[in-house]
Amino acid sequence: MLVQRLCGICPVSHHLAAAKAIDQLVGIDPENLPVSADKLRRLLHFGQVMQSHALHFFHLSSPDLLFGFESDIGKRNIIAVLTDYPDIGLQGVKLRKYGQEVIRMVSGKRIHGTGAIAGGMNKSLTKAERDYLLEDIDQMIAWAAGSVALIKKVHCSNLPYYDDFATIRTNYLGLTKPDGALELYHGGIRAKNVEGETILDHFDYCRYNDIIHEEVRSWTYMKFPYLLSLGKEDGWYRVGPLARVNNCDYIDTPLAEAARVEFKAHTGEAMVHSTLAFHWTRLIEVLHCAESIKELLHDPDIMGHDLMAQGERRFEGIGVIEAPRGTLFHHYQVDENDIVTKANLIVSTTSNNMAMNESVRQVAAEYLSGRELTEPLLNNLEVAIRAYDPCLSCATHAVGKMPLQLELVDAQGQLIDKLIKHDDGQIERLDG
Amino acid sequence: MTVKSNDLMVKPVLLFGYGNLSRGDDALGPLFLEYVESHFDLSNIELLTDFQLQIEHALDLENRQLVLFIDASVACVNAFDFSELTPAKDDSYTTHAMSPAAVLAVYQSIKKQLPPPCFLLAIKGESFELGEGVSANAQNNFAAACQFVERLLDSPSPDAWRNFINV
Repeated sequence: MLVQRLCGICPVSHHLAAAKAIDQLVGIDPENLPVSADKLRRLLHFGQVMQSHALHFFHLSSPDLLFGFESDIGKRNIIAVLTDYPDIGLQGVKLRKYGQEVIRMVSGKRIHGTGAIAGGMNKSLTKAERDYLLEDIDQMIAWAAGSVALIKKVHCSNLPYYDDFATIRTNYLGLTKPDGALELYHGGIRAKNVEGETILDHFDYCRYNDIIHEEVRSWTYMKFPYLLSLGKEDGWYRVGPLARVNNCDYIDTPLAEAARVEFKAHTGEAMVHSTLAFHWTRLIEVLHCAESIKELLHDPDIMGHDLMAQGERRFEGIGVIEAPRGTLFHHYQVDENDIVTKANLIVSTTSNNMAMNESVRQVAAEYLSGRELTEPLLNNLEVAIRAYDPCLSCATHAVGKMPLQLELVDAQGQLIDKLIKHDDGQIERLDG
Repeated sequence: MTVKSNDLMVKPVLLFGYGNLSRGDDALGPLFLEYVESHFDLSNIELLTDFQLQIEHALDLENRQLVLFIDASVACVNAFDFSELTPAKDDSYTTHAMSPAAVLAVYQSIKKQLPPPCFLLAIKGESFELGEGVSANAQNNFAAACQFVERLLDSPSPDAWRNFINV
């Protein structure tokens, strides 16, 4: 109940990562979860990833991509998309809605449902609920496939720009299935380097502390995770859709796999490093989610009633899943009274922290000239950060509390220029 | 896609309270729904809650006769402000959270028609920190809003509600 409220956009991800950790506290490892419970959790997760990705692409990114990054800021919003590209805009709204409906049917609510409980699930799907979701799933798959075709067209329409903008060559980390397939709910950790060589594979995430450490820096509350074997300087990595599609050997649903093959072939390199390719891979995952939801809806296990397992209680539990934005770690220790004595979370946006900083550096190198901050620079920085779909504003709708602030500081630390973009879109320059 | 409520029936009146229960006075919207749920006959009323307003909530307005959004607000003139909403393309499109007027604008874009009569009950809040409870002042404002809703639900029609507008 508590961890879901960490985030208003991906509460299901926190819910499921915490549930996996708490399963272990009651003595249940993932392989011992009842089949029906496992499949219902996966269904819930596919709904979550689908709705989160659809929100990001159609609502937040498609205006940039369809109208152009330099277009009038007043036009770069979902309403303008609905006006100028009504079919695309409406599909975005309905894909998001469908994902929310999957969550509602499985967990009882669109957000903060309580479907997963320690050792299982608290309900299965009824036939009416299953049939309701089946009504529209073919349409969702068709729209998701259309969205992949759209982003491919947009990306390939200006390959030099899309492949180079804010692009950094990095390591990648995420979960995969034992056979190397894309995995969102449960698997081993795989990490690959810039050249696509495997750094580690099928690593048990319960030992994540042996391979990942988090660096603290004085100027920010956000930590900087890195792979211990490569060190602080070289060990940082990216997570999320680009990392997952780069890391996996294949995707186990046919349309998404065909899309993955096309995606990987477009550069001819082992790894695709383009930061804007996050959008492309995000939509490949939407397609994978839609196909997987259909597969699960036809599986009788989701209406099964063996939903709970019991085991010997333990004092430590670790749960890891692939949240929409990347690998999400929940780690708890409890005492004899089941009071949580230690909790450690590594959220996806934290893992992408160094990468976002490096993408900002790339944009600055390209677009910052002289000593003046400009609106195009501010805009390009937003485009670069948005590609990662960071979850920085979680959990409240107190609009106006978090304006975008851009400072230019010289080598001596002296502020020489400052731009603030207010919540109403107005940009103000403050003299340094 | 066909949009249906949980019991596959769309009820004529929708009360949509949004906010985060774990962030102090931001909880006022969801708490208000809990109050309505425990004090009123819901045979014609659907309650819907979420963290934030989003584009797909436009689809929840379909086939309604009357909609009430309930939110906490630092900008209230009174203990609670009651107003009628009109579609507006404001800057909330660029965030993860939209204004109710923006949701109405999405509805208008999708459906090519005006949304049903929609009103906003904004309850004055002052503190929105993570882990906080509802502040003492906001509790008083909340109590006043709970009294007020009796008048609204006694006369669930747009014309009657327009008489209660106070801002």
